[in-house]
Amino acid sequence: MSRNRLEALKSIRRTENSMTGTDNQMTGAEIVLKALKDNGVEHIFGYPGGAVLPIYDEIFQQDDIQHILVRHEQGAGHAAEGYARSTGKVGVMLVTSGPGATNAVTPLQDALMDSVPIVCLTGQVPTSLIGSDAFQECDTVGITRPCTKHNWLVKDVNDLARIIHEAFRIAQSGRPGPVVVDIPKDVQFATGTYTAPETHKVQKSYQPKVQGDLNAIKAAIELMATARRPVIYTGGGVINSGPEASKLLRELVELTDFPITSTLMGLGAYPASGKNWLKMLGMHGSYEANMAMHDCDVMVCIGARFDDRITGRLNAFSPNSKKIHVDIDASSINKNVHVDVPIVGDVASVLEDMVRLWRALPKKQEKTQIAEWWQSITKWRARNSFAYATNNDVIMPQYAIQRLFELTRGRDTYITTEVGQHQMWAAQFFEFEEPNRWMTSGGLGTMGYGLPAALGVQIAHPESLVIDIAGDASIQMCIQEMSCAVQYNAPIKIFILNNQYMGMVRQWQQLLHGNRLSNSYTEAMPDFVKLAEAYGAVGLRCEKPADLDGAIMEMIDVKKPVIFDCRVANLANCFPMIPSGKAHNEMLLPDEATDEAVANAIDAKGRQLV
Amino acid sequence: MNAHLQPTGSAYFISRETAPAESHTLSVLVDNEPGVLARVIGLFSGRGYNIESLTVSETEHLAHLSRITILTSGPPHVLEQIKAQLERIVPVHRVVDLTVRARELGQERPLERELALVKVSGAGENRVEALRLADAFRAKVIDANVEHFVFEITGKVSKIDQFVAIMKPLGLIEVCRTGIAAMNRGPQGM
Repeated sequence: MSRNRLEALKSIRRTENSMTGTDNQMTGAEIVLKALKDNGVEHIFGYPGGAVLPIYDEIFQQDDIQHILVRHEQGAGHAAEGYARSTGKVGVMLVTSGPGATNAVTPLQDALMDSVPIVCLTGQVPTSLIGSDAFQECDTVGITRPCTKHNWLVKDVNDLARIIHEAFRIAQSGRPGPVVVDIPKDVQFATGTYTAPETHKVQKSYQPKVQGDLNAIKAAIELMATARRPVIYTGGGVINSGPEASKLLRELVELTDFPITSTLMGLGAYPASGKNWLKMLGMHGSYEANMAMHDCDVMVCIGARFDDRITGRLNAFSPNSKKIHVDIDASSINKNVHVDVPIVGDVASVLEDMVRLWRALPKKQEKTQIAEWWQSITKWRARNSFAYATNNDVIMPQYAIQRLFELTRGRDTYITTEVGQHQMWAAQFFEFEEPNRWMTSGGLGTMGYGLPAALGVQIAHPESLVIDIAGDASIQMCIQEMSCAVQYNAPIKIFILNNQYMGMVRQWQQLLHGNRLSNSYTEAMPDFVKLAEAYGAVGLRCEKPADLDGAIMEMIDVKKPVIFDCRVANLANCFPMIPSGKAHNEMLLPDEATDEAVANAIDAKGRQLV
Repeated sequence: MNAHLQPTGSAYFISRETAPAESHTLSVLVDNEPGVLARVIGLFSGRGYNIESLTVSETEHLAHLSRITILTSGPPHVLEQIKAQLERIVPVHRVVDLTVRARELGQERPLERELALVKVSGAGENRVEALRLADAFRAKVIDANVEHFVFEITGKVSKIDQFVAIMKPLGLIEVCRTGIAAMNRGPQGM
C-alpha cells in the first residue's frame, strides 16, 4: 500500500481516538499489532483465514511488522522456530481457527521439546459460537494444552494486551517454549484498553529461578577439582541461555582443560575447532565422546537432559561417575538419570559462578591429574569413528557434507536440517564454531522441519548463507514453502542428499528387521531440478564426486533459492551407532560394520527393544 | 532397578520399574483460572501417573486461589518427578508433598478426611441395623422416608470404605464421595 494512503489512514485513526479522548482505546485487532510491536516483533509468519481477518486487516494497514505468508501453517511454525533459534528472539506465528490451529500442533510440540520460544496467535470462532461446532471451530486451548508451555483463550478484549505481554514473558523466560493465545473473532472486533508491556500484571505463580544455589555450585566445583577423568556434556540449554553462556562455557573449558562433548542440540556452543572438543555424543556420536562418557569419574552436564538417544541403556550409562547437572528446569533433574549435584538455574548465571569459583580455588588442580585421561582420549580419537569408505564413482553422503562444509568455511553460514541419516551426517561432519548457527529438530524429530526453518533463518538474516541439509524423503514433507521462499526472495539452499530411500528407516530395517525394506523406498521421486524450476527457483543436480565442488560453488553463488539434488550412495549407513540395548562402550564402528557384524549387531533381545 | 523389560515393539530402551510404589498426598495451590484443572489432570494422564483421589475447590476467593488435593502413588523417584512436573505448570504456585512433610514431623500420614453421602434402602431388621451402625460410625441422617436413609459420613478413607462395605448387605443404593481433603498437623501452613 502506498505510504500516503497509510498515513491518511493513520491520521483518520488518530482523529477518531482524539475524539473519544482515549488514546489507549482500540480494537482487539489493533491491540494485537500494538502488543507485538511493543514486544519488539519485526516479523510474523502466518496464514490468513476467516477467524483472523480483523488482525490481517490491521497488518495491511501498518508497516512496522512484516508478515511472511507461508503455504501451510506447519511451515509458519517451523519458520518461526528457525527465526527464534538463529536470533535468540521470540518467533511469532499467526494462524486461523480450526485447521489453522491443528496444523500448528506439530511445530508447537517441536518447539516444546527443543525449548524454542514461540508465540502462536490463533483465531477462534466468536465467543458466542464456542462449543457449537461452528465452521472451522476446534478446541484450540484443549488441543494445544499438552504441546505448549502455557496457553490462553482470551474472552475479554481488556485482557488481550496483558495476555500477549505475558505470552512473550513466559515464552522466553525460564526454559523457553511455545505459547498459544487463542483470540475469538468478536474479541478482535471489540474495543478495549491497551496497556503497555512495562505496566502489565504478571502471573505471580510463574517466576523462574535464574540463579543457581551457591552451595551446590561450590560442591560442583570441589567435585570437579578432584576429578581424574572428567567430561563436560552440554546441550541446547547453553545456546538457549544466550551468547554469554557459550562464552563462559569456553572459558570454563579453557580453565579446567576438561574434555567437552555436546548433544545434537548444543552444537556450536563450544567450537568444533577447539582442542578439547570430543564431537557429538549419543547414538550416532563419536567413539571418543561416548567412551569418555562411559569411563568418566565426574560428569558435568550443562543444559542437557539425559535424553534416551544420549544415554543408551540407562543401567549401563556412565556407571562409575559422580554427576553434576545444571538445568533451569527442575523437572529435568533426576528424571532419567540420578545426579549427585543438582543445580537449578540459568546456564549463563551458573557458569559465571563456576568460572569465578574455579579461579578462586585455593589449590589448583595439577595438569598431571587428568593427563592420563587425555591419553585415553587420544587413543579413542585415533579410532577415527566417523570414517567412511571413499568412492570415486559415487558421491558418499559424508563426503558431500564435508565438501559443503569446506566450501562454506569462513562464510556467514546457517545450517538447518530435516530428520534422518542426513541430519546425523550433518551433525558429524559440519563443524560449528558459533552458537545459533545450527537448527535441527532434535526432540520431536520432525521431518519437514528444515526447509521452513531455513526460511525463517533467512528472513532474520537476509545477507547470510542459509542451507537446509535435507533428505529426499524429508524434503517432500514441507516442500510447499519453496513458493514462500521465492515470494520473499529468500535465497535458501536446499541441499538434498538423495539416496532414494528413507535412509534411517532403511538402516533400521536392515539392522533389525532382516533387511525387509518395507515402504522405505521412494519409487516415484519427483525431478527435483524441474520442481525447483516450477517454483521459480534454481535446480541443480550432481551425480559425480568430481563435479561436486563446482556444483556447490554454483549453488552458493546463485542469489535465488536453490534445490540441489545431490545423488549419493543409496545404501550408506550412518555409523558409528550404539545399537539398541547396548551401552556407550559397545558402539558399532564403521570399520567393524561388516555385513555380518551389522546383521548380528543387535541380539534377539535388543531387536525386540528397538 | 531398571531391569530390562522384554518385547515392547517400540524404538526405545525400556526398563521395568521395580521400586515399590508408595501412596502420597499432594497439596497444589493454583490460580483459579480456566483450564487449570485440565492442565493438572492432563499432566497425570499424559505422563502415565496415577490419580487415586482428586479434590479441588477455591479456598481463597479474593486471591482466586484454589487448592487441589491429589492422592497419587508411585515409587519415590516418580513421586519426585510428579512434584517437579506440577511445579512447571504456569498457574501453579506451590506443590507440597504432605506425606513427606508428615514424615518429617514424625507422623505416618497427614490429616486426611473425606465426606460421603450413602443411600440405603430397606425395611424391617435391615433398616434398624443400618441406623444402628450409622450411629456407631457417627454418620448423620440427612434424608429419610419409610423406605430409605441418606447418611452423611466424614472420616478417613478407610472408615468410609468400611462403612460402605457394611451397608452393602443392608440395602446400599448409591454412594457419592468427595475425595480427600488434607493438610499437615501443627501450626505451619503448606
